[in-house]
Amino acid sequence: MSGGAEGARALLRSGAPQGCRPHERFLLTPGRWAALAEALAADHDLALLALWGEPGMVHAAFLSEAEGAVLLASAPAPEGRYAALSPVRPGAARFERTLRDLWGLSAEGAADLRPWLDHGRWPVTAPLSARPAPNGLPPPQPEFLPVEGEGVHQIPVGPIHAGVIEPGHFRFHVQGETVARLEARLGYVHKGTIGLMLGKSPRSAARFAARLSGDSTVAHAWAFAMAAEAATGAAPPPRAVALRALMAELERIHNHLNDWGFVCNDAAFAWPHARCGALREAVLRACAAAFGHRLMMDCVVPGGVAVDIAPEGPEVILAALDAMEAEIPALERVYDGHASLQDRVVGTGAVGSALVARFAAGGFVGRAAGRGFDARRLPGYAPYDDLDPAVPVLPQGDVDARMRIRIAELKESARLVRLLLERLPEGEVKVSLPQRGGEGVGIVEGFRGECLHWLALEEGGLIRAAFPRDPSWLQWPLLEAAIGNNIVADFPLCNKSFNCSYSGVDL
Amino acid sequence: MLWPRLARALFSKPLTDPAPPVPEEVAQALAARLDAAAQRRLGRSLAIRQVDAGSCNGCELEINALSSVVYDLERFGLRFVASPRHADVLLVTGPLSRNMREALERAWACTPEPKWVVAAGDCAVDGGVFKGSYAVEGGVGAALPVDLVIPGCPPSPTQLLEGLLALLEAQAPPRAASAVQSVSKNA
Ligand code: SF4
Repeated sequence: MSGGAEGARALLRSGAPQGCRPHERFLLTPGRWAALAEALAADHDLALLALWGEPGMVHAAFLSEAEGAVLLASAPAPEGRYAALSPVRPGAARFERTLRDLWGLSAEGAADLRPWLDHGRWPVTAPLSARPAPNGLPPPQPEFLPVEGEGVHQIPVGPIHAGVIEPGHFRFHVQGETVARLEARLGYVHKGTIGLMLGKSPRSAARFAARLSGDSTVAHAWAFAMAAEAATGAAPPPRAVALRALMAELERIHNHLNDWGFVCNDAAFAWPHARCGALREAVLRACAAAFGHRLMMDCVVPGGVAVDIAPEGPEVILAALDAMEAEIPALERVYDGHASLQDRVVGTGAVGSALVARFAAGGFVGRAAGRGFDARRLPGYAPYDDLDPAVPVLPQGDVDARMRIRIAELKESARLVRLLLERLPEGEVKVSLPQRGGEGVGIVEGFRGECLHWLALEEGGLIRAAFPRDPSWLQWPLLEAAIGNNIVADFPLCNKSFNCSYSGVDL
Repeated sequence: MLWPRLARALFSKPLTDPAPPVPEEVAQALAARLDAAAQRRLGRSLAIRQVDAGSCNGCELEINALSSVVYDLERFGLRFVASPRHADVLLVTGPLSRNMREALERAWACTPEPKWVVAAGDCAVDGGVFKGSYAVEGGVGAALPVDLVIPGCPPSPTQLLEGLLALLEAQAPPRAASAVQSVSKNA
């Protein structure tokens, strides 16, 4: 179908370039946008990464896997309407519901028109549109997709869950013990993050990027900084770039350790959880000693990093890694060697590779089901060009495969941290950002997958429009598929093996 | 093999950190909020129900870290429970999003008396960086009577532990409390 693929790409590129760096954004007419939506039906190359808005305008980000290129497209939405992409890109459905809730733009021909982030509890509707309207109505009852069949009943779970985790509502339709359908209803932690970023300088808006999803604070802050630097033409010093990667790999390590322990714990096997917790705590303390904050929040800023690594930093980090690497083989043997654990994780919550590809799900969710995408390799960014990160890929797509990918990444990240510390360039760690207009996009591989930030600055250098896209947008829908035909009791395992961010997508 | 490792762990040094000191004034101020009956009922342990009311999940990471072997909460009689119906403490994080307000109020309503409300993290104190957004109420105090605030973004597990220990201290019978005080004076 290369004809179709070229058709969609050529159509997209026929728009007027808008000067977004390093990946161009093309402005289409509403008619050309509708034609693009049609052309995408026959195209299997262009993956949808994100869909968002601005008053009266819709934007999309695509990845051409064949070209290794990121392409952005926009179109005006006259009378608040634009052609839906969800019929041809299922991942677009939640973005379209968000476009309606935040910018008041409706997708014509959309697969799903129900509200998403707007639960009817804000003082206004369409808060990011040109003219938000006051909202005086009582909150409506949520609607869930129906399931028909003998003996089907519903289990409502949440928004407050039993563990120390983020809030969201899960509606299970079950038949006996088997899940016929799971539907997630999110939006509970919507904080109006995009609205808070508008009108601020990239410098002061960086703290919102760092708080989009606390567990990915480094990756999001980096992607945001990358977008701001691309927009203004600033180049962060080489030492800052290496320190960012160092922090990002440490973030990957502490999160992978955390979830490895939790997956075992959700199968009622406490010992790996205890060990992973202790190893992770050592990593967090090393981060605090090296960068002054356990999660390294606000350490990456536009123009570089906020503080240089402490003189004793490398030594404590290496000590934490030594302890971790010394214990991983034993932990792996325990993980492999306990039939009671393997019985719970192998074959559980499997997602097919075709579905993963259709949603363009990134991170370990994609890599555990045959989709080898990793933003560090493609489109690629400094300093990874010289580090050659290994990207493990497995075909099975079950809880076990997701876990094994993460264990492999844990070891690879430790190797990268050592390499980064060895080769740490000397020099400055920060440059100041020129105060000027521009538009940029940044993509950074966080522990969950690629974090994408788009930023448009007006002439004075303040933010006119922004969109932070967490990788969970394209992974959440797959969790619903993963639990289908599994038993309810395996949901915690499936959920933890995905560990999607609630705050990241609730914005 | 797991058994030899478990056996070895029995004879090796514990990984657990010593307890942090309890801020005296905080414990006293908290004690003043409790009547004798409540003090008796709560006793020397606390069941904690954590509620995320709009956090960025940074606070949850640190609260989870608090459950690790390094902090070993249960040695103090502190434990996390799955339902507010089993809880003495609601440990609330986040700037209180408008979309979570009703759920938080319901959780509070089904927590039996006597109960504490702890606002953990800068967001829970007053909305933090999210203050002023159309989507947040601006702190847990907008909906519930807050007994203790633990600032920080996020508060470290040690800071969280200090706060929780202050609650326990406030629940201690007066005689025991003064004994503790004199011990620390002598030291
Ligand atoms: S206090 Fe900080 S870490 Fe906690 S929820 Fe708020 S922004 Fe996140």
